[in-house]
Amino acid sequence: MNNSVLNTIRFVVFLLLQILIFNNINLLGYLNPYPYVLFILLYPVNSNKSILLLTSFAMGIFLDMFCNSGGIHTMASLILAYIRPSLFKFAFGLSYEYQTVKIADKISPERITLLLLAIFVHHFILFFFEYFRFDLIFTILTRTLFGTLFTFTICLLIIYIIKPNKR
Amino acid sequence: MQQIINFIIKNSHRLLFLLLLGISFSLVIKSHSYHRSEYVNSANAVTGAYYEKVNEVNEYFSLKQKNKDLATENALLKQLLFNKKDTILTSKTLFRNDLNNYNVVVSKVVKNSFNTRENYITINSGTNSGIEVDMGVVNDRGVIGIIEKTSANFSTIQSVLNTKSKINAKIKNSNHFGSLIWDGTNAGFAQLIDVPRLASLKHGDSIVTGGNSDIFPENIPIGKIDKIFIDKKTNYYTINIRLFNDMTALGYVYVIENKRKKEKRQLETITTAPKK
Repeated sequence: MNNSVLNTIRFVVFLLLQILIFNNINLLGYLNPYPYVLFILLYPVNSNKSILLLTSFAMGIFLDMFCNSGGIHTMASLILAYIRPSLFKFAFGLSYEYQTVKIADKISPERITLLLLAIFVHHFILFFFEYFRFDLIFTILTRTLFGTLFTFTICLLIIYIIKPNKR
Repeated sequence: MQQIINFIIKNSHRLLFLLLLGISFSLVIKSHSYHRSEYVNSANAVTGAYYEKVNEVNEYFSLKQKNKDLATENALLKQLLFNKKDTILTSKTLFRNDLNNYNVVVSKVVKNSFNTRENYITINSGTNSGIEVDMGVVNDRGVIGIIEKTSANFSTIQSVLNTKSKINAKIKNSNHFGSLIWDGTNAGFAQLIDVPRLASLKHGDSIVTGGNSDIFPENIPIGKIDKIFIDKKTNYYTINIRLFNDMTALGYVYVIENKRKKEKRQLETITTAPKK
């Protein structure tokens, strides 16, 4: 399928999933997973990076509208989209650009590193700007930690579901 | 000139990032200042309509509880109606004009939030129903919040569970005033600060809205005292309050319009304005 069509579908599906289901989970009263980061991570490696920035920005601002959260989702997803190449470099080594890396292919240690790292960065920025106070850094870190684990689990499940089974 | 254009083309990705980062950063800053972001909130037609649709489905799951609540409220109102003697007794303190002082609009919560530090609620009536910014919102059990933003058909409420909210409240028996705030931790509890040490407090005393506020009428229930602390810095009491309202399950709410708010504010600004 055409890449841009696939991306548009992904955008809509992840946005709807997030606002319809994952924003209402409230595990232990306050924990919500944010698996829409997968939209940013699943974006094809060799495609236009500026479009990724713009779409992540749009994704964030839509979520902020639905969550009444000011601009924190916009901020977090935008920064994640910008540092994505560095994260790929860290996880897969320098030569990642020449091979077609697809996260959805197979769950390998590199992919788990990438996922965990990306989710951690995203959540840290998200909660940091939600609280926006340095004296609450401990609360921010604990929330980031639990949120990361929860989102990571959900992301793995989603990847397993959408992964085409070739065997 | 050529070089500038070359520079822009070469760094277009980075420049785009910086531009978008600037926009989102200003949104974040704006949302942390006193008034909410002008553009990004759920009091617009798209998100409002979406939440209304979702809520239509969700409502079916809580019909039983809602019916029970309505029946309880009806019973309470009936009790007031039948015990005419009581109403006459209590209405001694009620001035005639008070009866026409407040307008009440009924509305329905379509989006509730309670798990962040700054919680906002969306309801399905807006300026078309006469709702304006800074009106108080209550339900049958107590205070809910203050209107923050309005559109034609929707409004957002700054919930009591918002670290920015500050509501004038008092202890029912002793009439000592304090400010109701929320520390952002537990959705069942709020805090009353700046209560003078002279006040005699008991575990379980009721906290109601105070008369200093021009948003809420006096004596609307808020909660009851759960724990009492003494603030070491200021020597005022800080009181933990268990809210009467279950803020995690809200249905119909009443928006209160104070008809004399403008008059009162005007008078107060004239009084406190510096003389020339």
